[in-house]
Amino acid sequence: MKPAAFDYARPADWPAALALLAGGARPMAGGQSLGPMLNLRLAQPERVADLRHLPGYAGVEVQGEAIRIGAGTTHAAIEDGAVPGRLGAILAGVARRIAYRPVRNRGTIGGSLAHADPAADWVAVLPAFPGHAVALGPYGERRIPLARFVTGVFETALAPGELLRAIELPVLPETARWSHWKFCRKPGEFSKATACLLALPDAPPRLVLAALDTAPLVIEDATGLDPAALVTSISDPWRRRLALTALRRVLEGAA
Amino acid sequence: MTRRPITLTVNGRAETVLAEPRTHLADLLRGELLLTGTHIGCEHGVCGACTVEVDGAPARSCILHAGACEGSGIRTIEGFDADPVMAALREAFSAEHALQCGYCTPGMLVTARDIVLRLPEADEARVREELAGNLCRCTGYRGIVHAILRVLAERRAT
Repeated sequence: MKPAAFDYARPADWPAALALLAGGARPMAGGQSLGPMLNLRLAQPERVADLRHLPGYAGVEVQGEAIRIGAGTTHAAIEDGAVPGRLGAILAGVARRIAYRPVRNRGTIGGSLAHADPAADWVAVLPAFPGHAVALGPYGERRIPLARFVTGVFETALAPGELLRAIELPVLPETARWSHWKFCRKPGEFSKATACLLALPDAPPRLVLAALDTAPLVIEDATGLDPAALVTSISDPWRRRLALTALRRVLEGAA
Repeated sequence: MTRRPITLTVNGRAETVLAEPRTHLADLLRGELLLTGTHIGCEHGVCGACTVEVDGAPARSCILHAGACEGSGIRTIEGFDADPVMAALREAFSAEHALQCGYCTPGMLVTARDIVLRLPEADEARVREELAGNLCRCTGYRGIVHAILRVLAERRAT
């Protein structure tokens, strides 16, 4: 359970981080997924670029109607209320149930999203929000809708050479309705089925079904949704039943 | 990969050790600094035995590698001798039979201290939820949960 040898680099600024990435380095945020993968030798990078010390990597900024969450913001910071308002309350509830506190102290929202483990919490929850992932490349920043950011199992819309810089989410009204359910046999373990639903006033309810063996399923308008029809493609009967339960629970929870 | 000097603070002492970037913090503490109170269980971040404080917050030392520790402040179980919350927890662990083999205990204590300080109003359900990341194969957790609840109650009473 020891990693294969790798070199370690700590870029001091974003151009240095992008240059390391261009040279083939594996970016590392909090290292709470990559760390175990290194130990298990599922990942054997020649060089790791530690993003944690980059200026502005962590932190939350309110910019008018948008809230920009630095990709390096930890789950624990979000759990402890780093994001203000109704949005912050929703995200804090999600963050509290990610893995365990010692993991949340280092694991980050951006690292988790960019890693794109299908069972991960932010992968399951963020597509429900009308927001963007902010990617940084050699050309500057570009915005990718969160509903289209994760494209498959451990696959994202990030192009080679791009880093996830921030998550931009809208300020939510207090009347925003939110429902989230995930199934874990033990608190903190990987989810076996996750669903969530966000209903904003004057907008159709958005629903996400995740922890599948594909990218999360995003339903832009869940009005009149038939949960059974949505899970027919899940071949394993146990997982299909769990997914169905997750859908029913969030639809009931948001009613 | 060759070893390189890593400078960090451990239990209040500045240390410079030679380590490969891939060496994880638990091995660094045990092998280079002979601080064997930190125990290694699963070595992939699941069991919690290796939990130490990194820059003031609990973290898994088995999935944190030497390079990333450069400049960090580490506090291991050996660094809590004079800490009053840890003293109360040690007493309570003893009184409530919260350990048998002791393998999980250093990680349990670091997690328990974080629960006591961060969640002073925690009830039994919350303590159990917060402890879910620390595995014990002897006690069935009852004694550990009771020990933490005892310290929480003592602190609320004063």
